[in-house]
Amino acid sequence: MDTQQKFTSRTWPESPEKTTLEGKNKFLGFWLFLGGETVLFASLFATYLALKDQVPNSEHYLAKDMFELPLVFIMTMLLLTSSLTSVYAMYHMKNHNFQKMNTWLLVTVGLGLTFLGFEIYEFNHYVHEFHHTFTSSAFGSAFYTLVGFHGAHVAVGLGWFILLMIRNSKRGLNLYNAPKYFVASLYWHFIDVVWVFIFTVVYLMGMVG
Amino acid sequence: MSTVAQKKGFLAILWDYLTTVDHKKIAILYLVSGGFFFLVGGIEAMVIRIQLAVPDNSFVSAGLYNEILTMHGTTMIFLAAMPILFAFMNAIVPLQIGARDVAFPFLNALGFWLFFFGGIFLNLSWFLGGAPDAGWTSYASLSLFSEGHGIDFYVLGLQISGAGSLIAGINFLVTIINMRAPGMTYMRMPLFTWSTFVASALILFALPPLTVGLFLMLFDRMFGANFFDVTMGGNTVIWEHLFWIFGHPEVYILILPAFGIFSDIFSTFSRKRLFGYSSMVFATVLIGFLGFMVWAHHMFTTGLGATANAIFAVATMAIAVPTGVKIFNWLLTMWGGSIKFTTPMLYAVAFIPSFLAGGVTGVMLAAAPADYQYHDTYFVVAHFHYVIIGGVVFAILAGTHFYWPKIFGTMLNETLGKITFWLFLIGFHATFFIQHFLGLMGMPRRIWKFLPGQGLDLFNAISTAGAFLMAAGTLVLLYNVIVTSRKNVRVGNDPWGDGRTLEWSLSSPPPFYNFKQLPLVRGLDPLWIEKMEGNTKMTPAEPIDDIHMPNGSIIPFVMSLGLFIAAFGAMYQVDWRASGGEEFVWSLPVLIIGMLITIGSMATRSLKDDHGFHIHKEDLLKDEEKGGKE
Amino acid sequence: MKYGLKKWRLLSLFSALALILSGCGEPFLSTLQPAGEVAQKQYNLMILSTTIMVVVIVVVAIVFILTITKFRRSKVGEDTIPKQVEGSHTLEVLWTVIPIILLLVLAVPTVALTYDLADQSELEEVDEEGNRTALVIDVRANLYWWEFNYPDLGIVTAQDLVVPTDQNVYFNVIASDVKHSFWIPAVGGKIDTNVDNTNTFYLNFDGEKAAEADNLFYGKCAELCGPSHALMDFKVQTLAPDEFDSWVTAMQEAAEEEQQPENELAARGAEVFQEQACIACHAVSPDDRAGTSPGPNLSTFGERSRVAGILEHDNDEEFAENIKEWMLNADLLKPGNQMNETNGYNKDALTDEDLDALTEYLMSLKVYTE
Repeated sequence: MDTQQKFTSRTWPESPEKTTLEGKNKFLGFWLFLGGETVLFASLFATYLALKDQVPNSEHYLAKDMFELPLVFIMTMLLLTSSLTSVYAMYHMKNHNFQKMNTWLLVTVGLGLTFLGFEIYEFNHYVHEFHHTFTSSAFGSAFYTLVGFHGAHVAVGLGWFILLMIRNSKRGLNLYNAPKYFVASLYWHFIDVVWVFIFTVVYLMGMVG
Repeated sequence: MSTVAQKKGFLAILWDYLTTVDHKKIAILYLVSGGFFFLVGGIEAMVIRIQLAVPDNSFVSAGLYNEILTMHGTTMIFLAAMPILFAFMNAIVPLQIGARDVAFPFLNALGFWLFFFGGIFLNLSWFLGGAPDAGWTSYASLSLFSEGHGIDFYVLGLQISGAGSLIAGINFLVTIINMRAPGMTYMRMPLFTWSTFVASALILFALPPLTVGLFLMLFDRMFGANFFDVTMGGNTVIWEHLFWIFGHPEVYILILPAFGIFSDIFSTFSRKRLFGYSSMVFATVLIGFLGFMVWAHHMFTTGLGATANAIFAVATMAIAVPTGVKIFNWLLTMWGGSIKFTTPMLYAVAFIPSFLAGGVTGVMLAAAPADYQYHDTYFVVAHFHYVIIGGVVFAILAGTHFYWPKIFGTMLNETLGKITFWLFLIGFHATFFIQHFLGLMGMPRRIWKFLPGQGLDLFNAISTAGAFLMAAGTLVLLYNVIVTSRKNVRVGNDPWGDGRTLEWSLSSPPPFYNFKQLPLVRGLDPLWIEKMEGNTKMTPAEPIDDIHMPNGSIIPFVMSLGLFIAAFGAMYQVDWRASGGEEFVWSLPVLIIGMLITIGSMATRSLKDDHGFHIHKEDLLKDEEKGGKE
Repeated sequence: MKYGLKKWRLLSLFSALALILSGCGEPFLSTLQPAGEVAQKQYNLMILSTTIMVVVIVVVAIVFILTITKFRRSKVGEDTIPKQVEGSHTLEVLWTVIPIILLLVLAVPTVALTYDLADQSELEEVDEEGNRTALVIDVRANLYWWEFNYPDLGIVTAQDLVVPTDQNVYFNVIASDVKHSFWIPAVGGKIDTNVDNTNTFYLNFDGEKAAEADNLFYGKCAELCGPSHALMDFKVQTLAPDEFDSWVTAMQEAAEEEQQPENELAARGAEVFQEQACIACHAVSPDDRAGTSPGPNLSTFGERSRVAGILEHDNDEEFAENIKEWMLNADLLKPGNQMNETNGYNKDALTDEDLDALTEYLMSLKVYTE
């Protein structure tokens, strides 16, 4: 099937992300990549749990002294909502509604950016209020590495969405770029799932001590 | 290597290889660079054996010795064994499943160039202030203690080449799942394809822990983090876990493709289908699965406690069962067959007792309390060389002879091949068998020198003598390669005469689109089935039609080059910060420029649509008249 | 457990193999000549596993040789097309079940011995006064030397470990710089000296076997720890229990009173030892700076079997030679060792007279022997 063929919402296939062989390969390859990413985050979580509250002396703040529920709750809501809006975007992608897809993607990006803003505020807060830095203790290194890796993933995901929207703004949807939108949204869901674990393991478990 | 290529100028050929996305050419790139690193690692091995030939020797200094032993291990595992196996996977697997290319030709090239630049980066350490010196395992307390940039080269080099391996793993998984020819069901795939499949899955799940471990060490050494600094609350055992969660599956990443190559060789040169095919497949999958459950057997003496040691001891022993199943199935494949002792078959036959010896010492090592004695002695050195050389290197040498005609279109000289085999086999056993006893007699591994009067002199001398035989065998192989390429006698589709799988139904080397028409696969060993029915060719599964092919691209090369450049910046910014911004002022700009090159080329790749091109039906028909060659 | 081990040895057709193996290596170093309960148990397990594995090898070898001789193409004919056999369920079950049984035979004693060797209940036992009855030695591994601290006895040595025979000796091991591993091959398996935590295990030194090894076992570092990893040896002096007690008493007494130099030269050496600040890293009293000393404690230096753990001597002259050799060429003898300029050692500040005096002084540092 020609990848550059023009479609209307009527001729548009049911699973545009898997219609071409390239799309099918990309779809499967990306799922496998996410499998590898899962192991990567699992290793980071294990490291964090091993080093949680491991500080050189009692003057350092521990997890239970620092973390506050309201802030991370807002961040969690932001990211969960952005996952939902990216689902809407994909719904419109499957219906070949380019305009609506872009709108929802824009909302997703906005929510993601707000999340990142909160995260930067949060890190800044820990550094200045508690002198909890990347180099201050093993706990600090592990915390910023785990949460920072997630933050970097969010940033990459945002860059990816923005690039896709700019690149395809004039050409619309076709079978060449449909799989791209689809795997980008897969990536976004993955980031969201990782955050749920961070919320539980780092913050909730951190606050109970 | 084809006739067309020979007429091209050197620069044109170079450009062709720099931009290629053809799996067959990428295979050659892997083979040549892997072969080069194999020779480098071999020279390092010889220095080690010369230093240990006599007691209290001073052939190399203590510091240099540690650098050599580290680089020998790192080079052989990451830069020689894995890439050469990738070479065979690239060259053969798409042909075996009846595909025109891999799933991601662009990523395939990217994977190669990442490995290549990672390897070059790592080896440049020799010229830039000293190589890493904390062993290939690079245990955290020692590697943080190590001065200079050696460990930084290790961390950054492996990070780059590791990314390449991960990409290669995903690529092969998707290729095998999505790209099989009509009729090529999972249970009709040749064993080499199956083992590539399982090994790729292992790569996918085993490499990330290494990536994380390397990141932690990178942060500790270059950005002041404290993961492994005990005084700051860190813990070095984390590194041991992360490294071995990767490190043990890594062994199976190497040995499973070796099993696959041997399985194909056994059935080919016994003229018999593989005995117990389905249990062979099951055993391969099971070994891959169990490979993730046993990492702590490398840490029996770390002090994890009796329960952990007992569990991991029993789990490790369990791996012997599927491995034993494989050994017996290979034997039974030959049983009742018609065995032809070609060079590849000689390696395959010698592999059984050699690998068996490595396997049984593996079970002995699994017995935790006995391992308290074996651990970190020459007994372990003997064990893993029996597995890695007796298994993986034998497979690499066998595969080199076996697949050479399919890759290059000409046969390696059989007589020279057999000379290599015998020199290597005898040298190998002379070098390593005796090391079991050295270990039991109390010789720790990784020692720069041993003092006289400990009863270790004679066996060490014998071991060194054996190493020289192996070196001689390797030289004969090199000579063989040169002579063969000079003569360049072209061969047909099935030069061994007993080919059973799809790759032998194509010309040697195959046209760049592999299959003019995708073949119809009617069972295990599809070519053999056609042969038995008197056909000379595969039955096509489709009419001749236009073929869609990917465009070549220089972007993978540039993208990897960017990371290579950035790595220097990342490394020397430490000195820049340490000097208070006085020296190494260039480091930060270099880091940024390198990253910009990489990100820029990624952006170019995403922004510029690449739809590939079509080979038209008429051209294919013309090609056929010329004999299917390019 | 012990009964079981004996039974396997009797049953084993391959105890002959054990005999051959025991001819390997030196009695003071080889794991194949076990000189203590722990090493013996581990050795028995080694023999059991080797025996099982030899059985496997023999079976495979028979099939292997038959196969490659019977089915050569030259024998079966060039044009023969063999029957394409798919496989055999019976055989598959057979060569799955038999190895599982063989492995169970190995796995059961393996697990039992793992727990057996990890048993440290003896450490809890106390006498009427509430003192620990077991002998405990804290081992601290350093770039490239060993400290042996007897916390319950208030004494400390370095490089030469002194232990009583025929009783369990418990070791708490840790490293102060990078990871090392504590190993006395002839007496038992190794344990890592982590930087993160203390590991504990025990060994038992057999009196009779120790005598065969001249009461001096070799100890090794078994984890790559830097350039001189190969030279990070230590020695183990074994004493009969009563001799050990008098050694301890002598050490404790020496800790309380200051040692007086034997002669003028040695007295001068003692001054040099202070002037050159050797004392900053090296204690000369058997209770000084245990667990924190940056260099080996030298209070029993005159009784050490080696200089720096590696240089051997037969008489006092060679001993003196070795000491001087070490003080002048330490960085060549043990590359990367910490007795360097960074840590305040300056060999150029030593005159020949100083050197002679220091040597005399060091050789005079004795506690137990005269």
